[in-house]
Amino acid sequence: MQQTLRKFDSLCDILDRFDRDPAKLISILQAVQAEYRYLPKEALAYISTSLGLPPARVFGVATFYAHFALEPKGKYVIHVCDGTACHVKNSQGLVKAIQKKLGLGGDKTTTDDLLFTLETVSCLGACGLAPVLVINEDVHGMMTPQKCVEALDEIIEREAE
Amino acid sequence: MNSNTKDTVKETLFVDGKELPINGERNVLEVARKAGIDIPTFCYHSELSVYGACRLCLVEIEGRGIQASCSVTPEPGMRIRTNTKQVRDIRKISLELILANHDLSCPTCSRSATCRLRELADRMGISDIRYKAIEQKAPLDHSSLSLVRDPNKCVLCGDCVRACEELQGVGAIDFAFRGADSAVLPAFNQDLAEVECVNCGLCATVCPTGALTPRSEIEEVWDALDDPDKVVVAQMAPAVRVGLGEYFGMEPGSVTTGQAVSALKAIGFDKVFDTSFTADMTVLEEGEEFLDRFRNNGVLPLFTSCCPAWVKYAEQYGPDLLPHLSSCKSPQQMFGSVARRVLPGMMDLEGKELVIVSVMPCTAKKFEAKQEKFIHDGVPEVNHVITTAELGLMLRQCGLQLANLEAASFDMPLGFKTGAGVLFGVTGGVTEAVLRYAVEEVQGKALENVDFREVRGEQGLREATVTVEGVALRLAIVNGLAQAAPVIESIRKGTSPYHLVEVMACPGGCVAGAGQPHTFNPAARQQRTQAIYDTDKTLDFHKSQENPELAKCYAEHFDGVGGKTAHELLHTNYTHRKRLHEVDLALQEGESQGTLPVQVCVGTNCFLNGSQELLRKLMAHVDQNGLNDQVSLTATFCMENCGKSPNVRVGDTHLEACTFESACAALDKHLGCVPR
Ligand code: SF4
Ligand code: SF4
Ligand code: FES
Ligand code: FES
Repeated sequence: MQQTLRKFDSLCDILDRFDRDPAKLISILQAVQAEYRYLPKEALAYISTSLGLPPARVFGVATFYAHFALEPKGKYVIHVCDGTACHVKNSQGLVKAIQKKLGLGGDKTTTDDLLFTLETVSCLGACGLAPVLVINEDVHGMMTPQKCVEALDEIIEREAE
Repeated sequence: MNSNTKDTVKETLFVDGKELPINGERNVLEVARKAGIDIPTFCYHSELSVYGACRLCLVEIEGRGIQASCSVTPEPGMRIRTNTKQVRDIRKISLELILANHDLSCPTCSRSATCRLRELADRMGISDIRYKAIEQKAPLDHSSLSLVRDPNKCVLCGDCVRACEELQGVGAIDFAFRGADSAVLPAFNQDLAEVECVNCGLCATVCPTGALTPRSEIEEVWDALDDPDKVVVAQMAPAVRVGLGEYFGMEPGSVTTGQAVSALKAIGFDKVFDTSFTADMTVLEEGEEFLDRFRNNGVLPLFTSCCPAWVKYAEQYGPDLLPHLSSCKSPQQMFGSVARRVLPGMMDLEGKELVIVSVMPCTAKKFEAKQEKFIHDGVPEVNHVITTAELGLMLRQCGLQLANLEAASFDMPLGFKTGAGVLFGVTGGVTEAVLRYAVEEVQGKALENVDFREVRGEQGLREATVTVEGVALRLAIVNGLAQAAPVIESIRKGTSPYHLVEVMACPGGCVAGAGQPHTFNPAARQQRTQAIYDTDKTLDFHKSQENPELAKCYAEHFDGVGGKTAHELLHTNYTHRKRLHEVDLALQEGESQGTLPVQVCVGTNCFLNGSQELLRKLMAHVDQNGLNDQVSLTATFCMENCGKSPNVRVGDTHLEACTFESACAALDKHLGCVPR
């Protein structure tokens, strides 16, 4: 029960930590994103109220920087590298396998249970290990579609416990 | 003898070999334009900050290469070339790139004739676009009662963004996303009608293309005119008579009152009246209200209330200011009320429906007319609002040329006005008109000189003091809502010296409203203003209290200025308004949400009055007492009751000025617990 009411409290703490200073908007957004894994619309509205900024400005900043997400992301974010080296080694095959396994595709990049988000990135700088993917912090090199499915299964199992 | 040579030696620079003086211009662009070299621009507006993004104003500066002339400070001796091959090529490329991403539906675009993009494409001789067009079309935003937003025509110059923030202090739209997805949007990509936009239309005025345009009501008006079961009358605002001519290529400031009246008759209006008549009425009503407050220690300063963009602004940002707003309806709405009271007994309506159409220089008036409070039993005070430019278009649709029409006069009695009523079209005009009434009242004898030049001018915030019989009336005049901020702050701090504050959203006042014909002529505003003052001069009466038809109207239909009937018909009230719709902050996670909704307002006012602390305590309370599965706690944004913040709702109980204790009591009551 305790953990349920924290959302608003932590938002207020973050705002206080940055002195509710409009000049620190980006840092505030970073902290909020770290807390929620994305920037909920309501949080942005509350930030704009507290900082005295027009909500359109806060929305603009939040959508400008690629590392801010406005949609909730999964607990596990999978980044499949699609740089040149990985691409020639069939990174698209990995993407397809993961999509199929998780029921993702098109605009849908996050699973309904908010466990996984799939994104492609350009060159993770590990071309020697191509094709590469990263699940949260963990780097998986020399991947095959089969190994992808195994890695996912492992996580799903762990989470089920 | 040479002692003053220092002053006479001017600093100069060279533009295309021509030596030009530097006279404190902000940038090279202004120097060149003064010399008649019209360097093309998109993102430059003399009244806005410099943005420097469109790359059209490029010039070559000796020793510094290609530069954006809007962003370079003039320096003595600078050698500038505006027209080298490289400059021409880059400009062309910039334009082609913009065009490639632009929805080229020019023949059906309402800004076609006054589109900067089209003009520049034409001027640069662009005959071919070498870049691939984007396929995806974004949906149009038709939500606003005043404006239509077509993102497909946006060239991302940011003019609207800066106008809205810098001149209006609103910031309803801003850049969002990046790269190819860049767009100018309201917060959260919501509809314009659901954010804090005040409908002033300034964004549409500065937009170089048709991305932001006034919402047309032409079709509705044609339908009414074509309907044999309707009697259609028009009211025409003061600023229309000095703007309409420009639509037909006349000089700015051409006064076409008579032609406009006969044009309206020609396209089928049964009667044509003058909004200046009810502007005169506003002077009396607001003048009385002012004197009453002034003499009886009422709430001061009194804010004028004839600009609906300002009224919405005050309703959104200053719930504490609402008691300062004059209770007078705007002249447009007063006209609607008066016409519905007076005309049925005067015209033979033969049982037909009376339709009232306004011709306004303004987009916010469209919004105003459709407010619930101005619709009674399904009948709106004013049915439709068209802009000056829309009237121009209707005439053109019929092949009418304004200049060829024989002047006609307004219908009586609601067409009779004094110069004071016409002054409403310019910034400072309402103040001057009210002074012509109030000063006479205070001094108890006729006012000889009716001109109050001290309130005229162009500055965004002006102050003046008028002394009558040893009493000082302190005035402030605001045009451009951003300029209202210092006045509002002084009121909040209790340091405001003012008695009367006039606020108009549009810089320059209604003559420069977003409904006027579009112009790129920076002098147009001054010329229209001059035309308003000239019109005042040519009229027989200059004080609203001398309007004989108005006096008659009061005698026949009202029980005096400020009387009971006047209060019913001519006055209104104001409510707090939320800025953002549809955003609530759910505070509980997981599935344990209960059925009793508890909402705590965290909108600006409630926030400032401690709703955050209240919410924290409530959350802890719910938690400690294990009520998580019984209540569902959310924070909402503005319950539109900001004057009595903080606001809380527990189930269907609304608690204003809510304390932790009263919230807990309500909770206990709803949950059926025994109060502790
Ligand atoms: S109409 Fe006025 S308030 Fe609304 S977006 Fe445009 S400039 Fe801003
Ligand atoms: S809407 Fe118009 S003014 Fe605003 S950025 Fe787009 S083109 Fe410029
Ligand atoms: S006008 Fe100078 S960059 Fe746009
Ligand atoms: S902020 Fe408007 S009611 Fe709370």
